[in-house]
Amino acid sequence: MNEATAHSGPMLAADGTPLKVSLGRALRRQKLRALVLIAPLLIFVVVTFLAPIGDMLFRSVENSIVPEILPQTVKALENWDINNSKVPGEDVYAALYADLKMAVKAKTHTKLGSRLNYETPGIASLFRKTGRRIKRMDESGNFKEQFLKTNKEWGELPVWKTIKTFSGNYTPGYFLTSVDLKLTPDGIRLLEEDKRIYLFLMGRTILMSIIITLACIVLGYPVAFLLANLPLRTSNVLMILVLLPFWTSLLVRTSSWIVLLQQQGVINDTLVTLGLLDDTGRLELMHNQTGTIIAMTHILLPFMILPLYSVMKTISPSYVRAAKSLGANDWTAFWKVYFPNSVPGIGAGAVLVFILAIGYYITPELVGGTSGIFISNRIAYHISSSLNWGLGAALGVFLLALILIFYWLYDRIVGIDNVKLG
Amino acid sequence: MFDTATFPGKRSLEKRRINNVEWALICDGVSPDDVYDVLATEEGLERALAKLDTIKDDIIWWSSGAETPQRLADGEIVIGSTYNGRLFSVIEEQKQPVKILWDWQVFDLDGWIIPANLSDERKKQALDYIYFATDTQRLADQAKYIAYGPARASSAPLVGQHADLGIEMAPHMPTDPENAKTTLLYNYEFWADNRDDIDAKWQAWLTR
Repeated sequence: MNEATAHSGPMLAADGTPLKVSLGRALRRQKLRALVLIAPLLIFVVVTFLAPIGDMLFRSVENSIVPEILPQTVKALENWDINNSKVPGEDVYAALYADLKMAVKAKTHTKLGSRLNYETPGIASLFRKTGRRIKRMDESGNFKEQFLKTNKEWGELPVWKTIKTFSGNYTPGYFLTSVDLKLTPDGIRLLEEDKRIYLFLMGRTILMSIIITLACIVLGYPVAFLLANLPLRTSNVLMILVLLPFWTSLLVRTSSWIVLLQQQGVINDTLVTLGLLDDTGRLELMHNQTGTIIAMTHILLPFMILPLYSVMKTISPSYVRAAKSLGANDWTAFWKVYFPNSVPGIGAGAVLVFILAIGYYITPELVGGTSGIFISNRIAYHISSSLNWGLGAALGVFLLALILIFYWLYDRIVGIDNVKLG
Repeated sequence: MFDTATFPGKRSLEKRRINNVEWALICDGVSPDDVYDVLATEEGLERALAKLDTIKDDIIWWSSGAETPQRLADGEIVIGSTYNGRLFSVIEEQKQPVKILWDWQVFDLDGWIIPANLSDERKKQALDYIYFATDTQRLADQAKYIAYGPARASSAPLVGQHADLGIEMAPHMPTDPENAKTTLLYNYEFWADNRDDIDAKWQAWLTR
């Protein structure tokens, strides 16, 4: 008998443990070591990127301010039917008094007012005014009468319906607004016609981003072709011409476009001097969509040229030579042989330019006037100016989802494996 | 502002609803005292926007205070709204051919804020500072550097000369009787309540 047949069980390692277990342990140790190595980056990404974004996105549904500041009122309102044609009874007013008294002490009632004011104009001042008088109210009872005396709006249905509709911890309200709908006590309704803006703006953002992407392809392809096919000395000079603007600050480039494009600017002045334009018929090249498209195409052009260039660089010149030797003319050789090989570069450039374009903010803000602005300008407005963060976050989620959809579509049509960045 | 026949060319207005809708109504014949009552109604806002519609294609919107002076100097616009302090520096410091139309100037008040829950000592320092900063002489001194204020009537006679240019600042003050014949104080209460609502409509109007 020999040793090998003596052990019919699992294979053993040198120390006698089964090989599988020992291997697994070694692999696990390796994985752990790898994890420790990337830990600093992972923690950095989670803390500075994922967590804040997650928190911001969470705000798009969060509504805890109402149940937190008015806990008793919300509870008392549970028994009140929203389709009631009468305002709630004394118990709700008593709860409101208790809640507001606490809120006024903590000075949170105005915050609540601003929150509900997004839904029904006038509530902000209702809460502010009532807050001022709450100390003078009689604690013993008859709250309904007292509230009506401080402000007759407490006896009106819309106020109560708003509080009831937005009394949950979470609300779909912001998301509905971001697609031009609104939550009313009677269900979801279209937003008033004179307030609808977001779907239209989203459509315009997509359309203009597509135009910009196409313009980048048309303008960038010949440049990339030259870069890849000229002798090294000339192509290096050309490359610097592409990279120099790429390295220049975005703000500087946009401001230079203002100097060029405005009605008393360089382009118009030149055209008038040359006699091509009448002095009164100066072109409007900015504060509109034209301005946004021109400036953004210029700014995003390197993002098209560089991936295209790196793909074209790998296309062997012998392909075209082979095509020609088989009888193809210049155009056929290019179109049937060279171009299909460069498509992955177009794909990479187009994805890059489109995704950058759809979230662009500064350039549309500066040269876009009102007809050339993007959805991100509205997001910035809600984050930094109107302070309606919930709506800003909802619009942000919407934009993010849109980009993912486009990415998915692109993957289905072109295939993401066909994208080459170099 | 609304007379494009007599004054053809672009005009520059702030990209916000505040002030613009008030001016539009006043220019449309609403009595200045009733502006906010009219504005509070649906039709009132529509009326203001309709008035602005008549010049919408001629408006270049501004969002920072330097834009109107810049565009005036460039010749991009013929008229525009901005902060009078900016115009002072365009006119007097840079000697550009620009004049101020003071009719229905809107005056805006800035406030000092003390954060809540300060320690007694720091709160006292803050109060001391505000007491100092808002006293009659100090408010008048502010005019040495920029044509704003003074918020106190008692400061007005104390307004002196510009620190560098040496010109009398009193005639450049928005509160100078010559300039303050017609003024509008905007209604904070009204805007606190109606800001979100009107803003939604304003933004939709702008984008359309």
